[in-house]
Amino acid sequence: MVPISAYLIVAVVLFGIGTMGVLISRNIIVLFMCVELMLNAANLALIAFSRSLNIMDGHAFVFLVLTVAAAEAAVGLAMVITIYNNRESINIDRFNILKW
Amino acid sequence: MIDYTSAGIDFGMLAPEIYLLVMAFVVLVVGHLRKVHDWTPVIAIAGLLGALYFSIQQWGNQSSGFFGMVSCDSFGVAFKIIFSSSTLLTVMLARRYMRKKMIERPEFYALLLISTMGMMVMANTTDLVVMFLGLEIMSVPLYVLAGLARRSLQSNEAGIKYFIMGAFASAFLLMGIAFVFGSAETTELRRIVANFNFILNNHSVLFSAGIGLILIGFGFKIGIVPFHSWIPDVYQGAPTPITAFFSVGPKAAGLAVLLRIFLYGFAEFSPLTNLFWILAVITMTVGNVFALRQSNLKRLLAYSSIAHAGYMLVAFTVGGGQAISAVIFYMIGYTLFNLGAFAVVTMLETRSGCSSDLKEVAGLGTTSPYLAAILAVFMFALSGFPPTVGFFGKFYLFSTAVENGFYWLAIIGVMNSFVSVYYYLKVIKTAYFDSASATFESVSYTPAVTFVLFITLLGTLGFGLFPSSLMEFTKSAIFAFL
Repeated sequence: MVPISAYLIVAVVLFGIGTMGVLISRNIIVLFMCVELMLNAANLALIAFSRSLNIMDGHAFVFLVLTVAAAEAAVGLAMVITIYNNRESINIDRFNILKW
Repeated sequence: MIDYTSAGIDFGMLAPEIYLLVMAFVVLVVGHLRKVHDWTPVIAIAGLLGALYFSIQQWGNQSSGFFGMVSCDSFGVAFKIIFSSSTLLTVMLARRYMRKKMIERPEFYALLLISTMGMMVMANTTDLVVMFLGLEIMSVPLYVLAGLARRSLQSNEAGIKYFIMGAFASAFLLMGIAFVFGSAETTELRRIVANFNFILNNHSVLFSAGIGLILIGFGFKIGIVPFHSWIPDVYQGAPTPITAFFSVGPKAAGLAVLLRIFLYGFAEFSPLTNLFWILAVITMTVGNVFALRQSNLKRLLAYSSIAHAGYMLVAFTVGGGQAISAVIFYMIGYTLFNLGAFAVVTMLETRSGCSSDLKEVAGLGTTSPYLAAILAVFMFALSGFPPTVGFFGKFYLFSTAVENGFYWLAIIGVMNSFVSVYYYLKVIKTAYFDSASATFESVSYTPAVTFVLFITLLGTLGFGLFPSSLMEFTKSAIFAFL
């Protein structure tokens, strides 16, 4: 059996990749993907804990998280489309109207 | 003590939430029927009044149900009353502004109601999973609301910034909850409290990491420095009545959850005291210092709201029942005068050609003396002058800090209040002593907006003159929670 620590390491690494992606990426779509990666890292951790502790709560929680992620993605993509319509770019460096 | 595993399914506990949700759907349907769509604000107001009524009905009730997922106590009910009344005032405030800017849509009211329902879910539980869900129900409509003016580049930018920061924060929060679940084997705060030392001794690294990640997640949401960078941009870019809503409702909801988690659930986790000391000091200082050089009113109020979040964090350093009731008192006062200040800004911005710049306030003392006086009262309340509720909020908060031996924290807080006086008085000075750069049309009052100004003014001065009545309320609110 694979020990729980292995799953946790994968989850933490995924979470780290997602965080780095959010911080350095310049494209909003890539940014969304990185946030999804972070959420899925948390899902992996939840499933792993749930399995090793033999409690079903974590499994149920993962479904709730998936729903939340879907709702967020819907809203986010709608916003990206609006922004693209208004300025034909989704590069985050161009969001500089509001500053200081 | 409440039986926290109670399996009772009692929908009465969720009456305000269910009622709000149903009314939100009614608004959505009615808003698209051509003959009756003018009635959407009325339906929204009816929904909020109903939720307020059901919440008041629950006062004094102590129960828990849905397998411990929902707990109905006075603490939650006090916050539910704050949420529904602040949204009610926002709806009244928003109508004319939204019309004028051509962005009045039925979805606006529905989203406000759903978001308020999410806040109620957050305040009404001691389970981390339900708190997360409530937070998301609250936040997702807020992202849409920030970007509601689809043609405005500013609003677009505010929406997307809020969305990215919010989703990023949720991921941290979720990871934190996963870690706490892994170490404590439950997400129910009452069970975590019962076995706190056992959990901490056996899984100290995992558990501490979980607590830290949860703090980062909520730090983003209520705007604790260094996670505050989105607040000024979002507050400036979003339509003004929506900014007014952002600055009170979600802040109060975040505060309610933070109080539950950090002063009840993880109260025995000792490093938190020093951590909150540092966070409180840097949050209030950064908020006040950056506010000094702002020339946009909404941006100024955004930095001031960061500073106020810093004052509220003082209660987290101090801990204990007295600090909790002081911070709820502060929150109620802040809701009143901040909403009032934003109401004045909204009225000024409704004049055509205005964009909430500080220069547009100039000459208000001669052109609309009443509004200038009202603005001055709210600015005095924000900076904490007596006899406003702002003074007593700060007084109770800092006096609990002194009583518990946090002298430096109280001194830094009071010094920060003095710094903040500069920029609040700058607004009053501009209104009374500067000559207007251009002539604007005069400010017009509608019954709804006048009502909002009246209520916020009455609360600010009334609770300032008779703070004891509000203090009794906050004391009974925390009775259940301890």
